[in-house]
Amino acid sequence: MALLQIVEPGETTAPHQHRLAVGIDLGTTNSLVATVRSGMSVVLNDVQGHSLLPSVVRYLADGRVEIGRTAEKHRSLDPKNTIVSVKRLMGRGRGDIAHGETLPHDFVDGEGMVRIRTIAGIKSPVEVSAEILKVLRQRAEAALGGELIGAVITVPAYFDDAQRQATKDAARLAGLNVLRLLNEPTAAAIAYGLDNASEGVFAVFDLGGGTFDISILRLSKGIFEVLATGGDSALGGDDFDHRVFCWIIEQAGLRPLSPHDARLLQAHAREAKEYLSSHGEAPITIKLGSGEYVDLLLTTDSFTEITRTLVQKTLTATKKALRDAGLTVGDIRGVVMVGGSTRMPQIQQAVAELFGQEPLNNLDPDKVVALGAAMQANLLAGNRAAGDDWLLLDVIPLSLGLETMGGLVEKVIPRNSTLPIARAQEFTTFKDGQTALAIHIVQGERELVADCRSLGRFELRGIPPLVAGAARIRVTFQVDADGLLSVTAREQSTGCEAHIEVKPSYGLSDDEIAVMLKESFTHAGDDAFRRALREAQVEAQRLLEATRSALEDSSTLLSPAERETIDRAIVKLEAVMLGDDRRAIDAAMQALGAATEDFAARRMNQSVQRALAGKTIDQISP
Amino acid sequence: MAVTLSEPAAQHVASFLARRGKGVGIRLGVKTSGCSGLAYKLEFADAALPEDIVFESHGVKVLVDPKSLPYLEGTELDYTREGLNEGFKFNNPNVKDQCGCGESFTT
Repeated sequence: MALLQIVEPGETTAPHQHRLAVGIDLGTTNSLVATVRSGMSVVLNDVQGHSLLPSVVRYLADGRVEIGRTAEKHRSLDPKNTIVSVKRLMGRGRGDIAHGETLPHDFVDGEGMVRIRTIAGIKSPVEVSAEILKVLRQRAEAALGGELIGAVITVPAYFDDAQRQATKDAARLAGLNVLRLLNEPTAAAIAYGLDNASEGVFAVFDLGGGTFDISILRLSKGIFEVLATGGDSALGGDDFDHRVFCWIIEQAGLRPLSPHDARLLQAHAREAKEYLSSHGEAPITIKLGSGEYVDLLLTTDSFTEITRTLVQKTLTATKKALRDAGLTVGDIRGVVMVGGSTRMPQIQQAVAELFGQEPLNNLDPDKVVALGAAMQANLLAGNRAAGDDWLLLDVIPLSLGLETMGGLVEKVIPRNSTLPIARAQEFTTFKDGQTALAIHIVQGERELVADCRSLGRFELRGIPPLVAGAARIRVTFQVDADGLLSVTAREQSTGCEAHIEVKPSYGLSDDEIAVMLKESFTHAGDDAFRRALREAQVEAQRLLEATRSALEDSSTLLSPAERETIDRAIVKLEAVMLGDDRRAIDAAMQALGAATEDFAARRMNQSVQRALAGKTIDQISP
Repeated sequence: MAVTLSEPAAQHVASFLARRGKGVGIRLGVKTSGCSGLAYKLEFADAALPEDIVFESHGVKVLVDPKSLPYLEGTELDYTREGLNEGFKFNNPNVKDQCGCGESFTT
């Protein structure tokens, strides 16, 4: 007999119509799955009662795959085939991986994304993530007693299109229907019910095992907008453990350690740190391989002392994110704590001091993201209570646009537009008789293509040959609810069309989005100047093209002296147009314009005469 | 004959109600649907209706509408764990036959 859950009044579904949906926090160190049961968001445990699934996958020679705790246990024995922190590799090229050289894996370049050589063959990060997701899916289906209709999977707010697409692909590979990708800080805010709160700006402080993320969100009309993200992709609880580890070595005056002793010390360091979260001091007693004993007492004070710089790093990044968002601590209405490492009292205290308010911490910081994702999944699956019919929307983190002549960026969808969204813009040809148009899609806030990130290129062919500027090409950018982009270009008169789903070849590094945003502010003046210069250059180019084609056409209309004047003006313009003196370019363009004024008038007369030749007044009057 | 909750069921209902922050109890009922004719209804109750028959079990109010009562007389609602799955289970003496999944039944 199926087991039932209590539902909201009037929400009883027909038998076999329960819509089972889960939220998944696919983390760098640990992953979790949660669902809404009897109106409550709960994390689903495995058979042993563990809620956290270590995001570790080990490939064995016989084709078996170990995932989670078992894989983690063998990590030090079989580092090459045991893949940890695969999230850092998602949607990344080899060059994008931070500290790649410190990872034990055998990386292979692959199309779009790095691959890892294991004993069971070459694996992509998508496949590795799919293994983790499969375990979570099986756990959820066992716990809910049925097939899932879908899942909401969380991703960091700074994940770009490539990383989001890779995450979606992994889910599909694991047999999961992705209802929505949700930004992690947004999920945490939902878990705290902030989406039901009044409007305001919130900070989400996420200190995990190996990463630190700070996000500034603005909630308005039920929509969370990411104002700024920041953090440190190489700062987390592990660093605190390491400080304790070094402290033990120093205090006990230990010689170089055997790998076994080092692991032992690491485990004790971690235990001591966790013990300190609820006690004033932590005794550390370790029996080393040599039979020697280490017997120490770590007090809260000394722990605070040795980890002060780490705490400081998180505060510096937080202040920077606030600055990027153009806000001060006084603007923040609430601070949400995420990640197991925020249990450390020092962190709680430092954050409370910085913001001048107690952070929200009554939900388990390890689970809060998954809990929020589950609530969102429940809504998207259609299990919503009456009056609860909002859908939470996300925004795109960086503007999307395309390259126009001269390497300029034309933004089609501005940053922070809510998803899903579609925007269209018309473009035209630059040269007479142009029959193809290359469309280069870029992401970023800067004015020049060179400073933005390239997402993809495609060509629209079959444009009818017309004079420059006559063709009308409508380019439509569409971003779905997961933040994934597709671009369509359509020539309006012939209807010829070209289309691309953007699966970018490689991704931005963790901090790059934040950096790109910041640069766009600091370079705003600079960019405006460069934009104007490029526009002048493009205009000059266009003028030269037009003049040359006119000269070819009707050179007979000019005396040699006149021709020489025009040629001189052309040479002059060519000489200055590649420089960066916009005034000189403008002046040379004006000179060429003046030199060709008579010529243009004569050409006009000539074509009028041609048109009128042999016709009577009656024929041409209306 | 009454409709009752087992002790674990009552505890879970009480904690769900507390988390939900409102509601006077739970409503049990049946509705005609499903492959075998009838299906259970298990909902939070925000208010008792005038015609409701109200039982109380381990401190939790159980509301049943008079039309459903004949099908539920003597039922005990239990809370059990089956592997990873956990939830409520109707132990209903009136059930003659049920579909394979137990989600719908006949009396």
